[in-house]
Amino acid sequence: MSEEVSEPIEVLRLPVELEYQYTAGKSASRFLRGLQQGKLLGQRCPVDGRVYFPTRGCCPQHGVPMAEEGSIELPDVGTLVTYSIVRVPSANIPLELPYVTIQVLLDGADTVMMHVLGECELEDVHMGMRLEAKWKPEEEWETSVGNILYFVPLDEPDAPYESYKEHI
Amino acid sequence: MRDVAVVAFSQSPSVRRETDCNEVEILIPVIHELRTNAGITNEDVDFVCSGSSDYLAGQSFAFVSGLDAVGAWPPVCESHVEMDGAWALYEAWVKIQMGYAELALVYGFGKPSMGDLPLTMALQLDPYSVMPLWPDAVSIAALQARLLLDDGVVSERDMAEVAVRDRANAKQNPYAQVKGDFSVDQILADPYLVSPLRKHDCSPISDGASAILLAAGDRAKDLCKRPAWIRGIEHICEPQDLGVRDLKRSRSTEIAAEKAGVRAGKIDVAELSAPFTHQEILVERALGLGSETSINPSGGALAGNPIMAVSADRAVAHATSGPCLQQNLICVLEG
Amino acid sequence: MAELCGVMGIGQTRYAAKRQELSMPGLLREAAERALDDAGCTWADIDAVVIGKAPDMFEGVMMPELFLNDAIGGAYKPMLRVHTAGSVGGSTAIVAASLVQSGVHDRVLTVAYEKQSESNATWALTISMPFSVATVAGAGGYFAPLVRGYIRRSGAPEDTGIRVAVKDRQNALKNPLAHLQLEDISFDMVANSPMLWDPIRYLETCPSSDGACAMVMAKESIATQSTKPVAWIHATEMRSEPTMFSGRDQVMPRASLDNAAALYKKAGIQNPRDEIDCAEIYVPFSWFEPMWMEGMLFAPINEGWKMTYEGATALDGDLPVNMSGGVLSSNPIGASGMIRFAEAALQVRGMAGDHQIDGARKALGHAYGGGSQYFSTWIVSDQKP
Ligand SMILES: [Zn+2]
Repeated sequence: MSEEVSEPIEVLRLPVELEYQYTAGKSASRFLRGLQQGKLLGQRCPVDGRVYFPTRGCCPQHGVPMAEEGSIELPDVGTLVTYSIVRVPSANIPLELPYVTIQVLLDGADTVMMHVLGECELEDVHMGMRLEAKWKPEEEWETSVGNILYFVPLDEPDAPYESYKEHI
Repeated sequence: MRDVAVVAFSQSPSVRRETDCNEVEILIPVIHELRTNAGITNEDVDFVCSGSSDYLAGQSFAFVSGLDAVGAWPPVCESHVEMDGAWALYEAWVKIQMGYAELALVYGFGKPSMGDLPLTMALQLDPYSVMPLWPDAVSIAALQARLLLDDGVVSERDMAEVAVRDRANAKQNPYAQVKGDFSVDQILADPYLVSPLRKHDCSPISDGASAILLAAGDRAKDLCKRPAWIRGIEHICEPQDLGVRDLKRSRSTEIAAEKAGVRAGKIDVAELSAPFTHQEILVERALGLGSETSINPSGGALAGNPIMAVSADRAVAHATSGPCLQQNLICVLEG
Repeated sequence: MAELCGVMGIGQTRYAAKRQELSMPGLLREAAERALDDAGCTWADIDAVVIGKAPDMFEGVMMPELFLNDAIGGAYKPMLRVHTAGSVGGSTAIVAASLVQSGVHDRVLTVAYEKQSESNATWALTISMPFSVATVAGAGGYFAPLVRGYIRRSGAPEDTGIRVAVKDRQNALKNPLAHLQLEDISFDMVANSPMLWDPIRYLETCPSSDGACAMVMAKESIATQSTKPVAWIHATEMRSEPTMFSGRDQVMPRASLDNAAALYKKAGIQNPRDEIDCAEIYVPFSWFEPMWMEGMLFAPINEGWKMTYEGATALDGDLPVNMSGGVLSSNPIGASGMIRFAEAALQVRGMAGDHQIDGARKALGHAYGGGSQYFSTWIVSDQKP
């Protein structure tokens, strides 16, 4: 065998591009239509009445569809339940490093949502902080959680640990 | 071996594109109906097993959301195969055999309409030597059909007859996607889609879900007046490379059928899940089915994608995976 | 009622960031051949093959088991492919064991693998879906907030995670197959490594590895004839729960606690800390050692960190954990769970080399995955149950 033929090939570049058209689903559609109008709509589990935000296709605990009617409009303020300061780049995340990824419990919701924190010094981030959503300009609103740019600290006393500890 | 039976079955309609519901929302009513019909709750179920594919769903860990539809709380004993739901059924059957479970819930779901299915299936092929050519699933099947035609193993008329039969049978099945009265000549007059395959030689692309409840012995008799007892369930996988297999027959189906005891008695009904007409003929021959067997009374995979709807004394169900019938599962059921 | 099942052969590849001298089939074959050699059997002796790996998108091949099957002797045999998120290596071993325990097959080969160098796992885990904003960078981004939750509720000293990382990386130096071999590992080196996902530091995280792990399992009458020691399976267990629901305890999921209780009951274990000699636990980020010490009922809730702190989990402790260096030292994701199961089996066979625990008779293999929601475990022993 000549040298070129026996030379091992260690890497083959094979770009794969596939297109998908996702279906948001009934429940998420209600949630996203709300966002388009700047509304944060939670939905109740028909079994225990807990408010899910963001909503899912069904209550995962009880395996039943969320109540069709009676979306609950929630305020855009809540409590920082837990967080991480991220210093690792990821191709899909356009944020500048470091940034703070957070789990927020909106007032009146019984589940946390994931988002990011802005306008806050890293050393000031802590559990229990009270937060408020910072929205994009209204003319840019879409059917996306991205209508909220990030959350910012509120000038309020911290929520007591007991009030959010079951959500970690 | 323990006696194990299918005691309940439910399915969503097979549709070309489900635009309202996401996968979980397709699955919720199917699982709900299964539990309601069998009169059981999650607490009665000892083992849960599902089958699905991340590439069909276009995201990693797509099966995880299936747990939401189950309402997996308190936590469940659960497993998942990255395969067709028929293999999830097999795993559940194994768990009952070993005495780990008495009652098992099995489900499968897919929403291939989200992507380009034939193209996506190219990603199943050897990534170093075959896949870079992007041979789509229909073209691969067409190569096999051409081989069969040129060697006189099947004729285009044979293939059209399969399509006519399955489409006509599907009329009785409210869940089937493609149904109706066609004539062989009418189908043969159609243009080729990917020569030598015509549109009616190919199964439709279906969104849907189905679920099955498996139970052991007395538990099965308690839950169901007429359980479908599993008398044999076997599956075999061939090498994938098309060059090392005999594409003119389905060896893996033959071996699985032999082991499952298909020929131990008369088969009244066979539900075959081959995605192309010529492949359905190969499976039919591999099973040794004759005129006493009613094939695909539901319309089979060519009409939608149901797993089984058994009302016969002795039936055989078939599932397949991989290019050109690479992997096949055979299940013999008795009333 | 179930047949006894014994592990009679184990094969692992060398773990490394890139095994580019091998194709995917070559990688699986390296592990499978070693397992067959160890079991003293040939390809023809194998009745069925069970393959496990994490998401297909990690390597960009859909259902890769279909093209890999014949490379590991699966041609014209039954083949199953398992996928249960990060716990998959463990679940795959359990499915293989089930095939023997059910009496369906006599001798089964199982292989789990990941070839992370062929794609980008963090990308595959962070695909941007429409309608949502990607804020979680890979697994670290997901688990770091939970680690913070654990620290808050347990009051564990901030350096607990560092201590775990030092221990596992020292253990890896005794395991020639381990991916990360850091000769000069020290407390300061971990403490001073960059904070990636606060509170998780660089040296407190697992690497990305290529690798495969394989096992041959057989029924009692065959395994008993082995010329080498056999690891007998005393119990297997698995539990799953949904990713999120209102009030879900993500730090100490009920699925973990239920799984542990059921496992010990089956294995006839009353006091796990006394009766189990050593454990291989799925710890992809150092803090998960104390968390799973609680999750596996070795320590009371909120006190798992004390075991780490007191050295109980060190090689010379009363419950050595991750003798092989663990996931922190080698992480071919789809195989990581099976490696835990296989290393537990190696310990009770007395074949773990330099990281062998003297007199290990009963060992635990553990894996978890998803959003701390999938758990699979087994107990193996040198004695039949
Ligand atoms: Zn609920």
